[in-house]
Amino acid sequence: MRLRGLIRKEFLQVLRDPSSIAIAFVMPVVLLLLFGYGVSLDAKHVPLALVIDQPSADTASFTGAFQESQYFRPTMKATMRAAEQALLQGEVNGIVRLRADFSRRLHGDTSAPIQVIVNGVNANDARLIQGYVEGVWVNWLEDLARARGEELNIPIRLQQRVWFNSELRSRNYLVPGLIAVIMTLIGALLTAMVMAREWERGTMEALMVTPVAMREVLLGKLIPYFLLGMGGMLLSVIMAVWLFGVPLRGSLAVLFVAASLFLLVALGMGLLISIVAKNQFVAGQVAIIVTFLPAFILSGFIFDIGSMPQIVQLLTHLIAARYFVSILQTVFLAGNVWAVLVPNALALIAMAVIFLGLSRRRARKRLD
Amino acid sequence: MTSDSVSPDTSPVVKSEGFGSKDVVLDINDVSKSFVTSHRRVQALESVNLRIGRGLVTGLIGPDGAGKTTLMRLVTGLLLADGGRISVLGVDVAREPLVVQAMVGYMPQRFGLYEDLTVQENLDLYADLQGVAPADRPARYRELMRMTGLAPFTTRLAGRLSGGMKQKLGLACTLVRSPALLLLDEPTVGVDPVSRRELWAIVYRLVQEQAMTVLLSTAYLEEAERCHEVALLYQGQVLGQDSPASFSAQLQGRTYAVTAPGLKKRALQETLSVRPGVVDAVIQGDRVRLVMDNTTPPATDALLPALPGAVLEPVPPRFEDSFIARLHAGEATRASAYSTDQHDPRAVASPTGNEPVIEVRHVQRRFGSFYAVRDVTFDVCRGEVFGLLGANGAGKSTTFRMLCGLLPSTSGSLRVAGVNLRRAAAHARARIGYMSQRFSLYGSLSALQNLEFFSSAYGLSGSQREARIAWALRQFELERMADVSSIDLPLGYKQRLALACALMHEPEILFLDEPTSGVDPLARREFWRRINLLAERGVTVLITTHFMEEAEYCDRLAIMAAGEILSLGTPAEIKRAARSPAIAEPTMEQAFIALIEAQQQTGMAS
Repeated sequence: MRLRGLIRKEFLQVLRDPSSIAIAFVMPVVLLLLFGYGVSLDAKHVPLALVIDQPSADTASFTGAFQESQYFRPTMKATMRAAEQALLQGEVNGIVRLRADFSRRLHGDTSAPIQVIVNGVNANDARLIQGYVEGVWVNWLEDLARARGEELNIPIRLQQRVWFNSELRSRNYLVPGLIAVIMTLIGALLTAMVMAREWERGTMEALMVTPVAMREVLLGKLIPYFLLGMGGMLLSVIMAVWLFGVPLRGSLAVLFVAASLFLLVALGMGLLISIVAKNQFVAGQVAIIVTFLPAFILSGFIFDIGSMPQIVQLLTHLIAARYFVSILQTVFLAGNVWAVLVPNALALIAMAVIFLGLSRRRARKRLD
Repeated sequence: MTSDSVSPDTSPVVKSEGFGSKDVVLDINDVSKSFVTSHRRVQALESVNLRIGRGLVTGLIGPDGAGKTTLMRLVTGLLLADGGRISVLGVDVAREPLVVQAMVGYMPQRFGLYEDLTVQENLDLYADLQGVAPADRPARYRELMRMTGLAPFTTRLAGRLSGGMKQKLGLACTLVRSPALLLLDEPTVGVDPVSRRELWAIVYRLVQEQAMTVLLSTAYLEEAERCHEVALLYQGQVLGQDSPASFSAQLQGRTYAVTAPGLKKRALQETLSVRPGVVDAVIQGDRVRLVMDNTTPPATDALLPALPGAVLEPVPPRFEDSFIARLHAGEATRASAYSTDQHDPRAVASPTGNEPVIEVRHVQRRFGSFYAVRDVTFDVCRGEVFGLLGANGAGKSTTFRMLCGLLPSTSGSLRVAGVNLRRAAAHARARIGYMSQRFSLYGSLSALQNLEFFSSAYGLSGSQREARIAWALRQFELERMADVSSIDLPLGYKQRLALACALMHEPEILFLDEPTSGVDPLARREFWRRINLLAERGVTVLITTHFMEEAEYCDRLAIMAAGEILSLGTPAEIKRAARSPAIAEPTMEQAFIALIEAQQQTGMAS
């Protein structure tokens, strides 16, 4: 009866207070839209300046290859000066120049050099552009050779096959990772804030002097926000699959179990924070600093853990979101790969036990 | 309070030593508790012994910081005592907190209500938590709603209730299951006197109908007389536990009312308070109430030489007199250390006059559709002490902020020192000193640094600034505390420092927003003496308070409720207007209640 009363109270408060609804349902939508559409790590339609010193049939087919490519949006510049100017002003991210002797050297025996200048400020983009220019160039050479009826003379041929995310869409791995970050926020921020609110408004003091046990108070927070968090999770999965077209290759059941485990960890962190921080402002700050930011940076959701320094890599093992990101990316893109899922799930179980256990031990019906 | 409908006279008369062990509901035995803050250890309670008898209302009386809330929390098991033992009906709180929590009902200071739940939902929650069987609920709810008068509001959100209604709902929630011991932590603070009276009526009904035992803490000394028993708590120690009558009886023959024609009441009080043998001298209406240190009747001409018309009339002692006397016995040096300052550089040619310094005409302040202040009109003359009296939410602070130019009025005109606040608020502010409710000191700065900051903020510099700072340190006896961070200062010192800061630029007008709330009665008296001195020198003082007895210290006052002025005049005029066949000599509180009731009746009629 006591637990039922607490849970009913919590739901009434959620319904009356739009802020927790906003955290659980509006925030996933906003974040997913923002990251799904706004953040893309692919280089597409990169503006590029083409400088052709002396146009010919060869240069026309070369520029045609760039125009057809979905990765580039080439503009012709008459002189190198104009192209450099465009690069400096940020109108283009790179320059491809064919010298006046391009056609002559191409048909002669000497090599025909192409000058490529890339804006290297954004190293990631620069590397992509460089690669893509080379790709276009090789494709063009192949087409040229095929047209002449001869095999292109390259000693080693690379046959690439991309697994799991064959289109190499960054969205396909960003969105599952993002779900982990969103769930961290919902779980930790929501519980930390609502517990802190009870302290702040003095209701916790009144609650504690009833025969209610601390276990019931904690469960009374866990159960409603678990349900709310799973609702947010469901919404995120629906958006991921139907709106962003992310494939879901694993089973929903596995997804559900993994999400439940992770949500318990996040709720446990939230409870633990609220035991230390007894006002909403501090609780919110602490929740963001110790849960959201590490989940964002160290979970491998955007930044590859493998390329971090050794010591930082060790640190990532303390971040619950890391295990969940790994599970989510596997379930969405690869399927039920037990060899990945089981160790990560075990890590989540261990963390849930630690955080919930600590909350239970630290939460006493006392003010000092 | 004697003629009030609420009084403990119908209760069982039990002397504190008289009851046997099975009549003791709460036994507090040699309990101590200290807290460690950032740099120091604060002894909140020291060897406290209390025994609370069955079916009694015991008042835990003491100023803020006396340890009242700490004691309540120890009894409920929310805190653990450093030493000693507390038991409720024989159950040790430290050992079995859950058993004790099932026996007590506790209303914390902020009532513990969920403001985003309705009245009914709050009741349901506490009924669930207290394990009230669903079958018993309808009858219990009906009774509680009848008792508190909340029946028409069950679907209203608790956050939308008035302060008095919140307090009653908080009480109803703690009573969903009838507790053996009811603990109320300052239930009446900041609540209007009508609601306070209703709360006391409920408490007494509970005691009579259900033989409930009640422990109630309060900082209002006049409420002590409504309890069967009183425990005085001061600086963590119990100064005594007895019936209020026996506290007062100790001062039998030592209390007088003095009238002296030809001498203004403030001057009379000032003169009397420094005479040998005088423990306390406070203004009460047109007279000065005097407490002497022994029962020998003082000679009028020894007390007031050169005042032939002075009359000394013995009056019955009040509880407050005995409290003050006890505190004085504890720290005899404190009041005498106070020195009047003869060398104040400030000299006003005509200290008092009839020219209005503050003119308020038909002022309104609206927030959305809610009128915080509605059609308020009053004048304050030079050298006058003008009081605004009202409960929380009556519109006092809003009026204040408008007068200081911090908040524009929605309509009406405000003139301070001849300056229209609509046009030249900044100009007027240079002539105003303002002390806000929370003292607005910089906690991490020392007392001296606060003075330095405020003096430069008011545009003082060079030798003038140094002179003012030296004056403030001397005048307010802050030299000893000059290097202490203001957050670590005792409350009374904080209050003095805040007043000093407001006076750095020698303002002609002083605004004081609840300057005395939470401060102990001795510090309050001292504070008022300083205010009176300032008024004598021609400083105009506007002060808000919710202490009824402080209203007596004002020259004139306005009683406010729900944004309107209900009555305006001298304390004597206001009390006279409230005379009725039932109450021949109403107290300020009774006058206030009569005014609010009259307003509620006209409100219902219209």
